[in-house]
Amino acid sequence: MKYRRYQNLTALIVGLLFAAGLAVSGMTQPQKIINFLTLGPDWDPSLLFVMIGALGVHLVTYPLIRRRRSPLLDTMWHVPTRQDLSPRLIGGSALFGLGWGLAGYCPGPAVTSLASGDLRALAFVFAMVTGMLLFKKTEPLMKLKG
Amino acid sequence: MNSVATPLLGGALIGLAVTLMLLFNGRVTGISGILYSSLSRPTQEGLWRWLFLAGLLAGGASVQILRPELLINLSDRNMTAIILAGLLVGYGTVMGSGCTSGHGICGLSRLSVRSLAATVTFMLFGFIAAQVFVYLIGAFA
Repeated sequence: MKYRRYQNLTALIVGLLFAAGLAVSGMTQPQKIINFLTLGPDWDPSLLFVMIGALGVHLVTYPLIRRRRSPLLDTMWHVPTRQDLSPRLIGGSALFGLGWGLAGYCPGPAVTSLASGDLRALAFVFAMVTGMLLFKKTEPLMKLKG
Repeated sequence: MNSVATPLLGGALIGLAVTLMLLFNGRVTGISGILYSSLSRPTQEGLWRWLFLAGLLAGGASVQILRPELLINLSDRNMTAIILAGLLVGYGTVMGSGCTSGHGICGLSRLSVRSLAATVTFMLFGFIAAQVFVYLIGAFA
């Protein structure tokens, strides 16, 4: 694939931009997530505005881009097309939500925060990777479709 | 102001990032999926995932140099809570095929029913976990 080098460059730039967006929006500060998810006098609406900002852009750009026959650097799209709801989807999302509300970190902000050397960020990412590998081990036991 | 303007701006930057990934590479920017797939043996086709993660890490390092206060964790969560949370997030995002970026931003933008269901679910359970934590702290304080 002759475009692979440029695909790799795109991914690098997207990673940089994504980290900048997370930091500017305050999402690399777990207290802001926790204060969004905790109803009370300290309620912080930041996350809501981050979603509005991100969706405001991508809800417009997504359909425009998908009018093209293919992306600029590839011959085909790699976008999920499934529409069915499964126990696995809902169960996994519920477990993710519990962890998210417990720590205030989701995967992107946690990886971005590693550079701070913060021990809790390091421990979270280590545990998260362990959790991912744990799923890989237990997946064959569950026999849950998709 | 600070809880409206900068989150909107940061969110728009994230929207731009996922737009570029779709326009150039035709892919969804789902961070849990990218991280999970990068744990397997690296291939030529999968190298972009490592570069995305390198970009995320380098972006974080730049923030640490320019505005280190943005990466400070001021939450009250102890190490036990953090490790349990990490395990849940890792296990749950792979089981549920996505996280805040893949389902919450990319999925909702393409009006995916699965991503809507996932986002509503993790938001709801996030609220539940946060409230329960506050309740437990109150009970033991």
